[in-house]
Amino acid sequence: MSDSFDKISQQLKSRHRKSARLKYISMGALALAAAFLLVFFADMLNKGLPAFQQALVNVEVNYSEEASTNGRAAIDPEIMSVVSRSVVRVIPLEMRNNPDLLGTTEKRWVLADGEVDQYLKGNRVRLDDEQKATIDQLVEEGQVDLRFNTTFFSRGDSKMPELAGIMSAVMGTVMTMIVTLAIAFPIGVMTAVYLEEFAPDNRLTQLIEININNLAAIPSILFGLLGLAIFINFFGVPRSTPLVGGMTLALMTLPVIIISTRTALRSVPESIRHAAFGVGCSRWQVVKDHVLPLAMPGIMTGSIIGLAQAMGETAPLIIVGMVAFIPDITASFTEAATVMPAQVFTWSGEPDRAFVEKTAGGILVLLAVLIALNASAVLLRKKFERRW
Amino acid sequence: MQTNQLFLIFCSVLLLLGLAAFFVGRSKATRVRASGTSMYAQPDQYAWFTVVATALPAVLVSAVGAFIMLVIGSEIPTFPLLLASLVVAVVGLSVGMMLIRSNFHARKAIERVIVWTLGGAATISILTTLGILVSIIGEALSFFQMHSFWDFITGTTWAPGNSFLASAGRGDGTGAEFGSVPLFAGTFMITAIAMCVAVPVGLLSAIYMGEYAPPKVRGVAKPMLEILAGIPTVVYGFFAAITVAPFIVRVAETVGLDASFNNALAPGIVMGIMIIPFISSLSDDVINAVPDSMRQGSLALGMTKGETIRDVVVPAALPGIISASLLGMSRALGETMIVVMAAGMRPNLSANPLEEMTTVTVRIVAAMTGDLEFDSAETLSAFALGLVLFAVTLSLNLVSVIMIRRFRDKYRVNNL
Repeated sequence: MSDSFDKISQQLKSRHRKSARLKYISMGALALAAAFLLVFFADMLNKGLPAFQQALVNVEVNYSEEASTNGRAAIDPEIMSVVSRSVVRVIPLEMRNNPDLLGTTEKRWVLADGEVDQYLKGNRVRLDDEQKATIDQLVEEGQVDLRFNTTFFSRGDSKMPELAGIMSAVMGTVMTMIVTLAIAFPIGVMTAVYLEEFAPDNRLTQLIEININNLAAIPSILFGLLGLAIFINFFGVPRSTPLVGGMTLALMTLPVIIISTRTALRSVPESIRHAAFGVGCSRWQVVKDHVLPLAMPGIMTGSIIGLAQAMGETAPLIIVGMVAFIPDITASFTEAATVMPAQVFTWSGEPDRAFVEKTAGGILVLLAVLIALNASAVLLRKKFERRW
Repeated sequence: MQTNQLFLIFCSVLLLLGLAAFFVGRSKATRVRASGTSMYAQPDQYAWFTVVATALPAVLVSAVGAFIMLVIGSEIPTFPLLLASLVVAVVGLSVGMMLIRSNFHARKAIERVIVWTLGGAATISILTTLGILVSIIGEALSFFQMHSFWDFITGTTWAPGNSFLASAGRGDGTGAEFGSVPLFAGTFMITAIAMCVAVPVGLLSAIYMGEYAPPKVRGVAKPMLEILAGIPTVVYGFFAAITVAPFIVRVAETVGLDASFNNALAPGIVMGIMIIPFISSLSDDVINAVPDSMRQGSLALGMTKGETIRDVVVPAALPGIISASLLGMSRALGETMIVVMAAGMRPNLSANPLEEMTTVTVRIVAAMTGDLEFDSAETLSAFALGLVLFAVTLSLNLVSVIMIRRFRDKYRVNNL
């Protein structure tokens, strides 16, 4: 008797051990996901934060007659090797905008060459020992300094890493998102209202429902092929523009907005509708004056999440040509533009070491915007959450 | 005059007409009501009815005209078309005014228009799907006229070579081979690696969150996984190419293996991480939906908690878990940016994940970003690949929907 009792208690022990093992393994899985997130953010911050700093050189700039055509002439040729080649274009431009500068000299901070910038940040560079010695000496004299990189936030793309900025991509993103929202939000909400409040339960509406769920799961690149074939080749919308990019993304965002709006509409209790019908409202008046206002916070939350998704999307935009090189800030919906993720993609393809830093910096900006958007959606949901 | 200037003028005139319709309609309705007759609707509703009667036919006329122009080429001049729509608007306005009578149901009439508009918006999703189908199938068909469908499905060499020269009139484009087998092999290899990462991690974290985690941990873990889901794929791609791939190459070197920098392992692993949140959140919903009575019954029979989860909860939730995995798989098959940035460009039929491989989506992007003529075989091949991708992901999604519906019907859960 005690023999079998022992056996069973032994078994029980091992069974409990097994049970505990499952708990720790599953805990480990979650920890693994968390660890990945940590490694990822640490890696991105490590690679991207230097992009927010830029080396500047304090040099004597001589606004001579010659410099108004060739900016290189404004700077002492010895120092020129550490100064960004961008002065060739920037100084003549400044002189044209401000003719009073002609003939004056000024000691000022100008952008250092990208390689110098990388050298100061401790990365491997293609400089010879003589150049390195010059830089070291300038650093000692306090003539070279790492400062906050305003260029990165105020300029468009450039082939010179020290002059490349994210502003044109930010503007492109803003305009593309305006188009996306202007199309996807009204159509999405109207579709959801129709399906949830008006639609008869027939074959057509069932087809629409299945179709919306399917659209939500179609690979995004296929939307790019659609945009190319229908919008660009058939309707003749200009390539690479916020207009065509926004339209393509709108079709992708539509299912997200429809599905979340329907959930929001469904959570408005029937009693509200009954009460409104009771005082003689028509169906549309019930929806317009009672159901929609009550569902609005939910609709907004869903739309913000859909917008954030669209903002991070790259593949369909590559197909409709939004990976163009855009040095100027786009000002029109029908001009070539690029968006932040596409800019990140373009930079990631540049062989220069300095562009790795730019890429990671751009990613940090993009992530900051996306996290802010998602956080605002969560806050909105928390603030207006209502238990009926 | 420029077309867009004309259009601007048209819009402003229509807007003015609409405004006029609103005020004239309202004043007439108010007058009728003030004269003592009782009316079916409020003055504002009559006013809106006149606006609709003015604007809707005009907009319809110009839209139909624009559509006809688009389909058969520019044969209707813009100016007369817009003028005609404005005339229609004026006619609509006067008809609308005439209808303002005490026995006219203005509210019903407007609402019928509104419901039709809402229904029209709902059909846009169908039009989108149709658009995808028509555009992709159309281009794919013209590709299959140049290259045989059978070779495309079974060929083991993908070498577009200089087929683009053929459409430019140089060379004849022969020698280009479009056998998609190595592309699909690469795609499935990377997808398989991704699933090997995502399914265990996603499912186990869902089990932990559903069955073990105290509410506090859950409150942190859920948003954490949502952050993972919110990271753009281009960022994952950069991470895979810059951090993970070199790491894998270094690890492979230390154990004496030779790995390519564009190995299939790096995009596979990172893609797996990307899919974790899809699998974990859907599995979590499903596990939560398994009725508690089943757990209680199992525990009452003397099962340990682990045994209950393994032998009762997971099998019960299996349809949902399979559905989640299929959905994750369809994401992995169609994922583009990670593979474009971290996988290779060279089609390679190999079983070694440390070698360079390419995928369907990489080839689509490659065909679409070059300076190719639109009707060259290589560009069109992208549509053929897209068609197959569409078919595969669509069937995976459908199976996934059927599985989740089976689960829902079994336990009568509403919110899945």
